[in-house]
Amino acid sequence: MKTANPYLQDLTKGIVKENPVFVVMLGMCPVLGVTAYIVNGFGMGLAATAVLIASNLVVSLLRNYIPPQVRIPCFIVIIATFVTIIEMVLKAFQPVLYEALGVFVPLIVVNCVILGRAEAFASKKPVLRSLLDGVGVGIGFTLALVILATVREIIGHGTILGPDPESAIYLFGANFEPMALFAQPSGAFIALGLLLAVVNVIFKRFNIK
Amino acid sequence: MEKLLSIIFIYIFVDNFVLQRFFGICPFLGVSRKMETAVGMSMAVVFVMTMATLVTWLLYTYILVPFNLTYLQIVTFILVIASLVQLVEIVLRKISPTLYQGLGIFLPLITTNCAVMAVALLAVRQEFSLLESVVFAIAASLGFSLALVIMAGIRERLELAKMPDVLQGSAVTLITAGILSLAFLGFKGMITL
Repeated sequence: MKTANPYLQDLTKGIVKENPVFVVMLGMCPVLGVTAYIVNGFGMGLAATAVLIASNLVVSLLRNYIPPQVRIPCFIVIIATFVTIIEMVLKAFQPVLYEALGVFVPLIVVNCVILGRAEAFASKKPVLRSLLDGVGVGIGFTLALVILATVREIIGHGTILGPDPESAIYLFGANFEPMALFAQPSGAFIALGLLLAVVNVIFKRFNIK
Repeated sequence: MEKLLSIIFIYIFVDNFVLQRFFGICPFLGVSRKMETAVGMSMAVVFVMTMATLVTWLLYTYILVPFNLTYLQIVTFILVIASLVQLVEIVLRKISPTLYQGLGIFLPLITTNCAVMAVALLAVRQEFSLLESVVFAIAASLGFSLALVIMAGIRERLELAKMPDVLQGSAVTLITAGILSLAFLGFKGMITL
């Protein structure tokens, strides 16, 4: 086997092999909470990715200055700062999305994925690698959100790109009665559970471990 | 009084924090494998959540709002929660080492339990009074405990059940949670604030 480029590996491992949602099972609250529509899921993914990249960068830059005993509070303050920035930006430029995501925007601060990457990766590795790791994991997280949201929106609402009626595309015409359960909280759990089973099948089939 | 009672009922059953609002999913999936750890985790969460809401509400109302610092809300709240968790950890290590061992990694993870942060944020957002906020926090944490304990009970039996390989572990847990959530859907619309 040829030696893999570590930089490329940092970037790609978060997308499939160590996907934060499907494999590591972290940061599940927004995954279930905002995925009734693709737009919301995608927006959440981007917001979390932005915070993740920024926090990975800063944590990695400061890794030699943060005393190990108080590292967790330090990481949390760094993350909270970026979440505050993202919250302000969303409020100013994307008020509709901000309303739709509701309390899940400030809750990015307690997203275990971000703290997990800071603790497990960025606090030990050089800046460029941490940056790539942040980008990779962020893409993986967004991807998972969008996949789940696509399933839930198509089945639960019969649309894609809703809820805004101007952009919404009705896939099955006007007479279609969507399966409202999938737009409900219980549908989110069931859809994600089934998706995980599908992911397991795919991983097994292609021997990804 | 009526409002307090409805808050209690709503946040334990109707708007259950885990099953209807998706707060605190990580510990819900993580420590629901055994009944004993589930109960321990629940008690820790009840305590941290109530204390955190009390402190954050006071800080928000008497310091952040008068000095126009509400943009510091996220940073302040998370620091309060983090220090409270530290406190619980120290106390628990002294009082009950077995429980401390059992909770293991999940105790520091209460810091990143969205449910705790969500209660603090929602109490302020919904403009509850101090008493209402505390009752809200207790009810929400009891709702969390209820979901966690039910789930632990189911999962202990699930261990022995036969199922396809690919469903094992997280997948079947999530589907079970979905069915549980479906049951709680029956309360929907019973009371509103």
